[in-house]
Amino acid sequence: MAQPLIELRDLKKVYPVPGGEVVALGGVSLKIEKGEIYGIIGMSGAGKSTLIRCINRLDTPTDGQILIDGENILALRGKELIRMRRRVSMIFQQFNLLMQKTVARNVRYPLEIAGVPKAQANQRVMELLKIVGLEDKADAYPAQLSGGQKQRVAIARALASDPEVLLCDEATSALDPMTTQSILALLKDINERLGITVVVITHEMAVIRQICTRVAILDGGHIAEEGSVDEVFVHTRSAAGKRLFGILPENEDEDRPPVPALRIVFDGGMENQPVIADLVKQCDVEVNILSANIRRLNDKPYGQMLIEMPRDDAARRKIVEFLNAKGLTVKEVWPQ
Amino acid sequence: MNWNQIWEALAETLQMTLPSTLISYIIGLPLGVLLVITRRGGIRPMPTFNAVAGAIVNFLRSIPFIILLAMLFPVTRVVMGRAIGTVSVIFPLTVSAFPYVARMVEGSFNEVDNGIIEAAQSMGSSTFQIVRKVLIPEAMPSLINGFAICMTTILGYTAMASAAGGGGLGALAITRGLNLRQYDVMYAASIVLVILVQIITMLGSYFTRKFDHRIR
Ligand SMILES: Nc1ncnc2c1ncn2[C@@H]1O[C@H](COP(=O)(O)OP(=O)(O)OP(=O)(O)O)[C@@H](O)[C@H]1O
Ligand SMILES: [Mg+2]
Repeated sequence: MAQPLIELRDLKKVYPVPGGEVVALGGVSLKIEKGEIYGIIGMSGAGKSTLIRCINRLDTPTDGQILIDGENILALRGKELIRMRRRVSMIFQQFNLLMQKTVARNVRYPLEIAGVPKAQANQRVMELLKIVGLEDKADAYPAQLSGGQKQRVAIARALASDPEVLLCDEATSALDPMTTQSILALLKDINERLGITVVVITHEMAVIRQICTRVAILDGGHIAEEGSVDEVFVHTRSAAGKRLFGILPENEDEDRPPVPALRIVFDGGMENQPVIADLVKQCDVEVNILSANIRRLNDKPYGQMLIEMPRDDAARRKIVEFLNAKGLTVKEVWPQ
Repeated sequence: MNWNQIWEALAETLQMTLPSTLISYIIGLPLGVLLVITRRGGIRPMPTFNAVAGAIVNFLRSIPFIILLAMLFPVTRVVMGRAIGTVSVIFPLTVSAFPYVARMVEGSFNEVDNGIIEAAQSMGSSTFQIVRKVLIPEAMPSLINGFAICMTTILGYTAMASAAGGGGLGALAITRGLNLRQYDVMYAASIVLVILVQIITMLGSYFTRKFDHRIR
């Protein structure tokens, strides 16, 4: 395989805090190929922002290496660092536009600081605004735009320096679902048309599923699992992944049922069949479903269901055995 | 009452206020920038320099103007040619005001959203570019508001100039009103001062709003 565009080697980031330290990244290694849309997903506090901020040196890792095109960017200083940052653009959840400058001036900013002649820069600004569909807003100020429009301006601005990589830190998290769709479509379009490698950070699996080719699950500063999106979604191996996709509860203790119950985990290891109906028939029990969170992927059910269990020990054993025989993972849960 | 003396005094007041404000900003604005960018977590952290500069600013700010005026007499004599008089007072006024300006400017820059500065950094801006093209333009409305406040503060200080033989409306009010019991002159001078402050404040708010594009 060719040299990856971005490679992280055993990246660590430790923040000193009063009375100790926070390990935000505990040794992260991953490779991002040129031209792909790479997703990094994780719960809040997993270290996603820290990771992406290290990639363009907004944050400095405590240890490890970051290679872009084989070059260790942690050694870069001054002008070299500036040059690297122009190759690696970034957009943010809060857009971070210059509020006192018009849309056109915002998009022109990266060109201004790179010393591009004014006429040439203005022409490029209009091209960029066209790509993001905001030609008519050139003279508006950010305060006059909607969230989605602001993110489009931020994208145009990020593209101004002709970057090879676009880093997106929760770029759609402040937007409504419809606007999220349009921004994701734009990112995909940019990736395909301009060949820009995109790194997407999110806590929403829908974002990953929609545009990413590969995904890494970040959990507590470590990569829990990594692979193609299909593979990771269909054959989720890590507990962190299962929690993230709703197959396991986020927190066992918060999820205690009021009565003895059974948690049934559908993790794709079973063909589509009416399990509950069979259970009712074959074990002769009345099934009371307490909660369910199941979705289909490739026609297989994923997720979990909580059903009420009878008080009788023998009946309970029978139910567990029946479901195990069906290839389902189950766990008995008791009220607190 | 002779109105001419009021107008003369007004001219003297402006003669002290405007240069002092201007010079205070020439020193205080860069100093404020330095205080912001060199602090821990700033875009050019230099903690030792920041601590020293901060201490000097705080020291100068804590000396009451009237005392600073007296303390500076020998220095003023060297710098301005003579220790007393309307023009000479510009020196102590500036020394007293520039630390105030620096803190004011620092406060304005602190209001700029850190995310915007990070975005500018992520695009490959140099420190100077961030200051010139991000910090100052983004803080502009607040800087203008601060400018008006600093100017009215300096205007207030000029009233104490009479202690160093300076003229102006404050000196007129004190010498005529207090010492000679010409109360009409005192009130007239005070009213002109009040009007002056009002005008500066109004212009300040007007331009603050005019330059703020965060408002729809
Ligand atoms: N400047 C800092 N100082 C101290 N601790 C920090 C700092 N920045 C982040 N952390 C800690 O590092 C860990 C990872 O933070 P990070 O912001 O990378 O998480 P995240 O995955 O982006 O979360 P979210 O989805 O909430 O944005 C958290 O425990 C956080 O408290
Ligand atoms: Mg984050």
